[in-house]
Amino acid sequence: MKTEIIIAGFGGQGVLFLGDLIAYAAVKEGRYVTWVPSYGPESRGGTCNCQVIYADRPIGSPAIAQPDILIVFNKPSLEKFLPRLKRGGVLFYDNFLVKERPEREGVKIIGVPAFQLSKMGNMAMLGAFLAVTKEISPETIYQILEEKLKGPKAKFIPINKKAIEDGMKYIQKQGDQDATN
Amino acid sequence: MSRLYMKGNEAVVEGALRAGVEGFFGYPITPASEIIETFAEKYFADREREKRGEKPLYPKFRVFMQMESEIASINAVMGGAAAGCRVMTASSSPGISLKQEGISYIAACELPCVIVNIMRGGPGLGSIQPEQGDYFQAVKGGGHGDYKLIVFAPNSVQEMAEHTMLLFNLTDKYRNPGMLLADGYLGQMKESMEFPEVPIEEYDKPWAITGMGEREKQNTIEFLFLTPEPMVEAKKRLLEKYKKIEANEVRYEAYKVDDAKILVTAFGTPSRVAKAAVDLAREKGIKVGLVRPITLWPFPYKIYRDLVTHQIDRVLVVELSFGQFVEDVRLGVEGKAEVKLYPRFGGIVPTEEEVLEKIMELA
Repeated sequence: MKTEIIIAGFGGQGVLFLGDLIAYAAVKEGRYVTWVPSYGPESRGGTCNCQVIYADRPIGSPAIAQPDILIVFNKPSLEKFLPRLKRGGVLFYDNFLVKERPEREGVKIIGVPAFQLSKMGNMAMLGAFLAVTKEISPETIYQILEEKLKGPKAKFIPINKKAIEDGMKYIQKQGDQDATN
Repeated sequence: MSRLYMKGNEAVVEGALRAGVEGFFGYPITPASEIIETFAEKYFADREREKRGEKPLYPKFRVFMQMESEIASINAVMGGAAAGCRVMTASSSPGISLKQEGISYIAACELPCVIVNIMRGGPGLGSIQPEQGDYFQAVKGGGHGDYKLIVFAPNSVQEMAEHTMLLFNLTDKYRNPGMLLADGYLGQMKESMEFPEVPIEEYDKPWAITGMGEREKQNTIEFLFLTPEPMVEAKKRLLEKYKKIEANEVRYEAYKVDDAKILVTAFGTPSRVAKAAVDLAREKGIKVGLVRPITLWPFPYKIYRDLVTHQIDRVLVVELSFGQFVEDVRLGVEGKAEVKLYPRFGGIVPTEEEVLEKIMELA
């Protein structure tokens, strides 16, 4: 089993952190993992992406040609990466920030108004990702948040958790309503 | 064993600290900056511990300096190494070019130290994406004169730590500078890993410049000879040392070569891609194997010679440059097999399927 994920958006939307969190959770659950950021000037507002692979055996190339899962938060990223999404793959996109519904046959398309559900739109999207893929346990994510946010930062744990839960609830409520093709 | 998850650049620092590094001197540059950042973080956290009256985590790590330039960094490394300390610097391609004069002097003076090059695209300022275009500079001597660096080529985050530790041992053992040569992907990538067990070796350094002490004569280190005879002697000594390293320190990985007719060879990130491609080709019944040099100098010429003498007649070389590594492969193959080069440059790593396609073309 090998899952390849590309996450993309504007710098500042928490794209790298979201990928890092998924990757670290997969490490905690005993998988082999790689995470590669785009490391240019994106942190100052350009488009930014990261590539996450988790697998049950050692990983060859850390670079992803055709992802199984694509998570995007803006239109330029959608246009760049959607053609590369594997047949049978899953697209998660912020359907408030990307107004037009993406067109692509043979993939599952899931719109989540992530940055409407929460200020921490990346965490809301993570909730949706967890609920749809069921490959990583939310408990592992919560454990990591508690590990990373310590001392004065501990007060941010509840809002992060809530954003994740809101994302999961959105999927449970919507079901596959927004998922076609 | 506990599994860790960290960035390649962070693993270099972790390895260096566990190897007992005493001083780091550097200047930031993408994609190597996390090395100096992580050293700074660890260094100042220890000073805070001391202020609170606690013991530092890394008591040996006493000097951290962000220098004014790459040239200053390498010269500070020269000073620290001459004083007998375990010291290192890190940079990326353009910064390593700036260090070349210092590296040549360090090699001449036989000063052990570790130089990390997280390669980006060149020539010139080039790009910040991964390439392997500094191969010649690292293994054939980027500075002037006859000299050799012990060069390790990791291909995972775990090896970034492991090879840094090995380099501290070997550079002290042979009194010779060494380089960790990794492409930008390896510096920037985070990966699951287990911390490697590398026993830390410590060597006496009676030559080090540490003041008179109990000595009868002051230690001096210099490499300037105005007459030929002492220069001949000094260079003979260097040559003998290089021969010894070539005889004892070659390292490589051979994968599925036992019945292979085709050999794929690569180092660094492309070697991971190539290994996965070998597995894909094996599923199609193609008898293919992989050789991955771990030390680029000394280069594992012999394994290539052995394999092409008995079984392999086609070799595919994958590298992230126009074709530098391929020249050493050809020296190893000695014309006994067809050598085909698959170069990728500009910052794009080939996919497993692309390498598979090249294997199929040879099959």
